[in-house]
Amino acid sequence: MENQEKGKINKVSVICAKGNLEDVYAALVLANGAVMDGKEAKLFFTFFGLDAVIKKRMNKLQTATVGNPALRMPNGARMPKLLGMIPGVQKMVSNMMKKQMDELDVPPVDEFLDMITAGGGEVYACQLAVDMFKVGKDDLSEHVSGILTVGEFYEKAAGEGAQIIFT
Amino acid sequence: MAQKTLAGKNVEVTDEGYLHDFNEWNEDIAKEIAQEEGIELGDEHFQVLTFLREKYQEGANLTIRKVGKSGITDIKGFYNLFPGGPLKKASKIAGIPKPTSCV
Repeated sequence: MENQEKGKINKVSVICAKGNLEDVYAALVLANGAVMDGKEAKLFFTFFGLDAVIKKRMNKLQTATVGNPALRMPNGARMPKLLGMIPGVQKMVSNMMKKQMDELDVPPVDEFLDMITAGGGEVYACQLAVDMFKVGKDDLSEHVSGILTVGEFYEKAAGEGAQIIFT
Repeated sequence: MAQKTLAGKNVEVTDEGYLHDFNEWNEDIAKEIAQEEGIELGDEHFQVLTFLREKYQEGANLTIRKVGKSGITDIKGFYNLFPGGPLKKASKIAGIPKPTSCV
């Protein structure tokens, strides 16, 4: 009842423009959460976010260990800045995060896209980013149902109770 | 908390219609809640409901992914069985609390 008074969200379109592990997962969780709730969901990957739908890269996303002041060690202390620069540290930290997420039933990117599309969510890539990074259609995950211009994206995002979220 | 008569039995439910005590659940109650949600329960539905009740009793965090890996159905099948919010609807029909997971 309360929802109806406030105006209900019926549809969410999530734009993911960054290829960091956490930015991609924020977009995936938001879209999947919408699908789980019976809402329409569209995911639009652009710029570096495109990595999330490039087959060879999608499951190898990393979180930045340089320039990420919120990053902490397992004991809760801040991660020393120089440590983040050592080769292999970023990969190790990213793998630890993936392991933690898996324990909470947050799947790898390809499986997450499986879940979202199984529930009726739709995944799109950005035309400009595809051209810019010279990505071929074959490089993209089979979850991608189209490559859109920004105008086409807005058409898809339209509707009553529709929201656009940028991560 | 509200009182509700389900399948001839007086039960306590939350404001959103989830059973307060999952021990009060039975198949007739499930059928009646399902009907309110516009779902007619078949064998596969009941297998999912049993799975969710067992996992809930084990204290597991229930997610769509777990149901997808249960061997009963895949995620697409789960969405087909309980359209428009499978985990929430199935939990309600299974007589267990509203799921708190984000996945």
